[in-house]
Amino acid sequence: MMYDVAIIGAGPAGLSAALYTSRARLSTLVIGKDGGALAKAELIENYFGMPAPISGCELVENARNQARTLGADLSEDEVLGISWTGTFQIACRQETFEARAVILATGASRKKGNISGLSEHEGKGVSYCAVCDAFFYRGKTVAVLGHGEYALHELSQLLPVAGACILCTDGKEPEGQVPEGIRVEKEQVLRIEGEDLVEAVAFADGSRILVSGVFVALGSAGAVDLARKIGVQVENNRILVDEKMATNIPGFFAAGDCIGGLLQISTAVGEGAQAGMSAIAYVRRNR
Amino acid sequence: MAVVTVTKANFEEVVLKSQKPVLVDFWAVWCGPCMAQGPVVDALSEETDAVVFAKVNVDEEMELAQQFRVMNIPTLLLFEGGKVAKTQIGFADQGHLKAFLGI
Repeated sequence: MMYDVAIIGAGPAGLSAALYTSRARLSTLVIGKDGGALAKAELIENYFGMPAPISGCELVENARNQARTLGADLSEDEVLGISWTGTFQIACRQETFEARAVILATGASRKKGNISGLSEHEGKGVSYCAVCDAFFYRGKTVAVLGHGEYALHELSQLLPVAGACILCTDGKEPEGQVPEGIRVEKEQVLRIEGEDLVEAVAFADGSRILVSGVFVALGSAGAVDLARKIGVQVENNRILVDEKMATNIPGFFAAGDCIGGLLQISTAVGEGAQAGMSAIAYVRRNR
Repeated sequence: MAVVTVTKANFEEVVLKSQKPVLVDFWAVWCGPCMAQGPVVDALSEETDAVVFAKVNVDEEMELAQQFRVMNIPTLLLFEGGKVAKTQIGFADQGHLKAFLGI
């Protein structure tokens, strides 16, 4: 089924956007496991018009019910990748959704790990997008950094092309089914080595593996990871939007902590409303 | 000016021997960010004659990609006097691209 609007993230920005798009009778899907940073807030006292402090969990649950009542579909699936061919395809663990417009509201992108040599080798063997760059590693040995479903998704894009793939889980157990025949290195990753181009991954125990490329897929796919897959402009770990919450990609909007700013519920709700309104206008123009 | 499609056959003529700086956009149809980059390059090529705008499809021209060690796409290379003067890896919007080209 083709949704009018898919919202990635079920915190205040995403759910606020969903209220607007659902009320405008646009078919709306909200994908998100939990309420993110808000669900961790014990008591909220500074949100407008509350008769008494409320827990983050309760506020999120209220908003989920509100969005559902207005007709939005809520999915707790995990987004692994996204592609754009005029409409958007959102690949999740369980299924792939399609939508005319997307609102990215996944919360702030955490800085991931402190593996040295990553940024120095960007464009020289380090990649953040398997679907974009697998092509250049035909027949070569590559490492995928990560342990979650996201890493396994990136791995699946590399398998048909690369000569060999090694999953480097950086001290963690792989989550999910690692394809047969894939070497798994569970040792903590220390640094990416190579005089100019990537040559090796070095581990904390002093061992190293020789590779031509390193694909980074640490943790779950955050806003910046997803943005990179379709060419959304990113700066200083946040998504760049205009005052209408529009990114450089037509039909792709962002709101909440992933665009930076105050990082408050009130701003997230406001930005979500704006992103929702912009998505409504976009879908009506292009449907 | 229109964007020139560059192949191995015309690379020397179009890029290396050019009197003007040449921006070469390495791209492929299956690369989402490349499909976002293309229209930005097209639009800028209509705005200025100070730079020659060229595209290399890496599917068809793997040798050129290897020669210039392109390992991520989109990659934009700015050639001046037949040599790579600057490299931009990943999507760049019009503002970034203008700054990159110094125009």
